[in-house]
Amino acid sequence: MAPRTGPGLTRPPVPPVGTPPPDAARLRAVGRSFAGRAVLDAVDLDIGAGEFVALLGRSGSGKSTLLRVLAGLDQDFDGEVTVPGPTMVAFQDPRLLPWKRVWANVALGLGSARPREDALAALAEVRLAERADAWPLTLSGGEAQRVSLARALVREPGLLLLDEPFGALDALTRITMHDLVLRLWRRHRPGVLLVTHDVDEALLLADRVLVLADGRIAHDVAVDLDRPRPREDGRLAALRSRLLTELGATRTGQP
Amino acid sequence: MSTPDTDAPPRTPIAAPPAGSPAPAPSRRPRRSRSWHRWVSPLALLALWQTGAMLGVIPERLLPSPTTIAATATDLLGDGTLGAAIGVSLRRVVAGFAIGAGAGVGLALLAGLSRWGENLVDPPLQMLRTLPIFGLIPLFILWFGIGETPKVTLIALAVAIPLYVNTLAGVQGVDARFGELAAVLRLPRAGVIGHVVVPGALPGLLVGLRLGLGSAWLALIVAEQINADAGLGFMINSAREFLRTDIVVLGLLVYSLLGLLTDAFVRLLERRALAWRHGLAPA
Ligand SMILES: Nc1ncnc2c1ncn2[C@@H]1O[C@H](COP(=O)(O)OP(=O)(O)O)[C@@H](O)[C@H]1O
Ligand SMILES: [Mg+2]
Repeated sequence: MAPRTGPGLTRPPVPPVGTPPPDAARLRAVGRSFAGRAVLDAVDLDIGAGEFVALLGRSGSGKSTLLRVLAGLDQDFDGEVTVPGPTMVAFQDPRLLPWKRVWANVALGLGSARPREDALAALAEVRLAERADAWPLTLSGGEAQRVSLARALVREPGLLLLDEPFGALDALTRITMHDLVLRLWRRHRPGVLLVTHDVDEALLLADRVLVLADGRIAHDVAVDLDRPRPREDGRLAALRSRLLTELGATRTGQP
Repeated sequence: MSTPDTDAPPRTPIAAPPAGSPAPAPSRRPRRSRSWHRWVSPLALLALWQTGAMLGVIPERLLPSPTTIAATATDLLGDGTLGAAIGVSLRRVVAGFAIGAGAGVGLALLAGLSRWGENLVDPPLQMLRTLPIFGLIPLFILWFGIGETPKVTLIALAVAIPLYVNTLAGVQGVDARFGELAAVLRLPRAGVIGHVVVPGALPGLLVGLRLGLGSAWLALIVAEQINADAGLGFMINSAREFLRTDIVVLGLLVYSLLGLLTDAFVRLLERRALAWRHGLAPA
């Protein structure tokens, strides 16, 4: 695993030449069933080091199930899962411990010599340094989600899993969160798997957009456009209608 | 907030507002500043009592006047009788409370943190819960004699059961999603208990603490009625034999004062330990 830089330090945008870093995650023929019903059938998936992947799928298609397997929260799967680096999750609910101040939530279980300083640096990155000593229940939804991001990133994960983290936020907050996630991703370069049901969100952020259907990765669409991507870009519109068709087509059972 | 975000407004805390005060904060302030209103009727009753005693309507033998009781209190404080009695009774409560609280919380953690712990601990404690503990007094006397042991044991039992029940409910009520978070953050078991389970169970534990303290005082009073050669109960019982109603009433007032004091202490503890619920700014 490549050495990871501390919070606040910028990594070079291009990885150093030499042996390529290992993939952030590698799944082969992963299956998972609940009570005999296969939710994941045979999922093959590679997430490159520092690659931003979005996972689309209809509700109940198994996106969260796949994410829980990747996070190590679900051990009862078939197939092969390789995740070399540390993995962190930002859940849809920010999941902050309400009895710990914001900075202590970020530093929770952080085995560093100066946890408070590291937590403050991470909070500064999500522009919440001044709320470090607040109680989580006094935060707005967007602020709490930023704390959750800071808590994940302060551990410098090789793989960052985001399970519809902006789903509960209002549209304007969501736009600022998109910018923030891109900025943090450029700085820390984790491999990212963003689970979302929002096609536009996937197209604005990801290098690659996957569609999960019938327990498999049914579609894999590369988005070779520079960021930031204006929503009204014609190439995005083409990709959008293609993905929407594919999401819709999966409903009628076509391959 | 200094960031230019257009965030949603702060969510309301999930914790329920304190019972009996459904009104939001702004309308509560004027009510608090007029809290002397709540003193009107007790003071009027006290005045009525004093007047009735002075007019001879309330016989001194049955219920002495407030001024008589105050004079008795001064006397007994002066010669050290009251202080010594309070000291003996307090020691019983403190010892019984410490043992009972330790056992109640310890067993609740054991039962709440592991399946076998629950299977082992919960059935006997649920059985004990349905037992009227004061019915155990004859048995305790047979087992432990009439010294301090049966009294302290009774108090410990009275404390342990409500603390066990409420702490266990608190542990079991900790959001399971926090367990998932702890797994993602790779918290070791001790960290899960210290950072997640215990603080999450604290609201329940504190409810149990208040109930436990209440039953501790009750158990003390009952235990001291049975057989005692020192303490507040002994003081009251000897006073009854000499028809000193003033000392009996004084003893009762001291009991309730001590109960009030410990209750106020737990309230204070609650306000500090559960400050996160109200979203209070750091001091
Ligand atoms: N622990 C579980 N027990 C039984 N069924 C489950 C469990 N977790 C998920 N499922 C089922 O698996 C399917 C996929 O769920 P999920 O991965 O949460 O979907 P998504 O996140 O794509 O909306 C659903 O039908 C859901 O009911
Ligand atoms: Mg889901």
